[in-house]
Amino acid sequence: MTVIKPPSRWELIDFKELWAYRDLFWSMVSRSIKVQYAQTILGLSWAIINPFVQIILFSVIFGKVAKVPTDGIPYILFSTVAVIPWTYMSQGMTLSSQSLVTGHTMLGKVYFPRLIFPLTPIFANLVNFAISLLLLVAIMIYYQVSPTWALIYLPFFILLMIAVPAGIGMYSSAFAIRYRDVKYAMPFVISLLVYTAPILYSASTIPSDYRMLYSLNPLVAVIEGFRACLLGMPIVWKYILPGTITAAFLLLGGALYFRRMEKVFVDVL
Amino acid sequence: MNAKNTAIEVEGLGKRYRIGLKEERHEHLASALIDAIKSPIKNYREHRSAYDFRDIGANNMFQESAGVIWPLKNISFDVFQGEAVGIVGRNGAGKSTLLKILSKITPPTTGEIRLRGRVSSLLEVGTGFHQELTGRENVYLNGTILGMRKREVDRKFDQIVEFSGVEKFLDTPVKRYSSGMRVRLAFAVSAHLEPDILIIDEVLAVGDAEFQRKCLDKMQDVGQEGRTVLFVSHNMNAISRLCERVILLEGGRVAMNGPAHDVISQYLSSGAGLLAERTWDDIDTAPGRDVVRVWSIRAKAEDGQVRRWMDMRKPIAIEMEYEVLEGGHGLMTFFKVVNDEGVTICTTIDESSVWHDRPRLPGRYISRVWIPGDLLNEGLIYITPVIRDQRTRFRYFHMREAIGFQIINTPHKNWNEVGAVTSIGGIIRPRFNWEVEFDPGKQRKNAVV
Repeated sequence: MTVIKPPSRWELIDFKELWAYRDLFWSMVSRSIKVQYAQTILGLSWAIINPFVQIILFSVIFGKVAKVPTDGIPYILFSTVAVIPWTYMSQGMTLSSQSLVTGHTMLGKVYFPRLIFPLTPIFANLVNFAISLLLLVAIMIYYQVSPTWALIYLPFFILLMIAVPAGIGMYSSAFAIRYRDVKYAMPFVISLLVYTAPILYSASTIPSDYRMLYSLNPLVAVIEGFRACLLGMPIVWKYILPGTITAAFLLLGGALYFRRMEKVFVDVL
Repeated sequence: MNAKNTAIEVEGLGKRYRIGLKEERHEHLASALIDAIKSPIKNYREHRSAYDFRDIGANNMFQESAGVIWPLKNISFDVFQGEAVGIVGRNGAGKSTLLKILSKITPPTTGEIRLRGRVSSLLEVGTGFHQELTGRENVYLNGTILGMRKREVDRKFDQIVEFSGVEKFLDTPVKRYSSGMRVRLAFAVSAHLEPDILIIDEVLAVGDAEFQRKCLDKMQDVGQEGRTVLFVSHNMNAISRLCERVILLEGGRVAMNGPAHDVISQYLSSGAGLLAERTWDDIDTAPGRDVVRVWSIRAKAEDGQVRRWMDMRKPIAIEMEYEVLEGGHGLMTFFKVVNDEGVTICTTIDESSVWHDRPRLPGRYISRVWIPGDLLNEGLIYITPVIRDQRTRFRYFHMREAIGFQIINTPHKNWNEVGAVTSIGGIIRPRFNWEVEFDPGKQRKNAVV
């Protein structure tokens, strides 16, 4: 029996319901994967071209011209391991933040767990991420870097990499329903975020007094983690943990905020 | 099956909206911030009021006040298992709000609904259809959006395709389909849902007549398979064919609840479904957007009187009075003329007035069109007025079947005139010029002259 009642104030994710709608979730994910590169000539290769161009650009500007220290790692390699998860996260945040606004016609016509909207691009974008990993593998082979045992931690950092845009996506998509500013703010927020994480530079250049504070940024944990896992550097957990905790809060807070706002989405659209 | 088991129990259902909230909604963060600095507490309360209803005491329950409207007030009814119940009522009676709550799209403010069994609601056909995807992919997408499991779609896939009749184009992107094909495919998916409770909005008002009939038949089958159907429509024929019982909503309350025939005839004869004129007094709450708001819409007879009954032979004026609040936009105004079966007889667009392609100055306008006499056939006619932006096509105003009137066939002075009194078939009833050519030829001798 289904009971429809006035909403209570705070609710957490209803995992049971989400599970019941798993086929729909999968349909939505596959829809956005299929539609993404429809009517493009290069199709899925965009998933490689995008990060590749960025890497080349960064390597020329920051590696060759500015000569940013990279702890002895070739700059291309150094930036590839960071740009690939960063591209995933930035695309995820952008798409997720707009998910409710672009899907608003559906919002008023049919019910399914609203959480599927912001989470769809996060999962669909994993395909791009997987493809761009090929680029990473190619560059690692070129520089003859072989993975070490540290690779076993990579799945953890991939999860973290998913959690960050998911958390931000839940906040920003719910917010974007009321304030369309989000759409315009997102591009420059993202271009600023690049500098808050050690994507173009090495985290070791941060003065050690501020290093803990710096590590609160979940992006730092993801990038540092990827770099350490893939390039076989020691994983410094004390710099990973703060960001992980922030990510957990982001996810929890995002879900709570989203659940609270989802009841009025249709009424304020 | 025990017919006395209730499938749907609705108890004390109410829904409140704050239109004030909508009006003062901040489109830009900057203006919200300025407001937030100016009056943080007021702003917070206002924003919270959209989802927090603790300030509703027992005293002001269902009371409408400035900025607060109750599209639904204390609605209660039961629907038994296997029953098909229709919901009728004119625009603004609360039908669509009730549907939205039953479909979980928006939560109620008060009351409770208990639904026994799997529920599917069809407020639209083809929800989630994506232009770039093929027919096959869209069937799966739409099916799962409507609540089917993937393996269920697998199982019914062939039936769905056969019903839709678009077998040949299954692997073609839907954007290459004609609109009819798209609707047929979308409806085929909906028709193969197997819920215990089916909630249907006027989705039948799409597609060609033949396909509509097929869908109605399919819906009837649904009713006969012991499913519970809740059907909202303007189409009285469809309602009376499908439903044994009808609930009439008026002003957000249940006005009548009884056998289909009784309620429908009461509804039609009282003219409750018809409103030849609609007016709004307050520009802030009048329908429309910030660019243009509508003061009134009316249907007038030749003598300038607003009437619910119009002479079939005389011209009818449809008038819309509106206020342009923000100048500089070109407005495209049009009326859809719809009959009581939901068929759009025609759409008349302003392409001839001096303002039709000119950016509007702020101020009050009246757009009027004359529908000539001897065009519309007898029966109910509804007018759906629309105002769009000339350039962006953005819809500033749209009100489905905002006004309506009955076309009647008055006996003509010239009784010899063919078709003057009898009803004849057809959506329209124009009077064309006939010619008869006569050639006496060789007359037979005993021909009767």
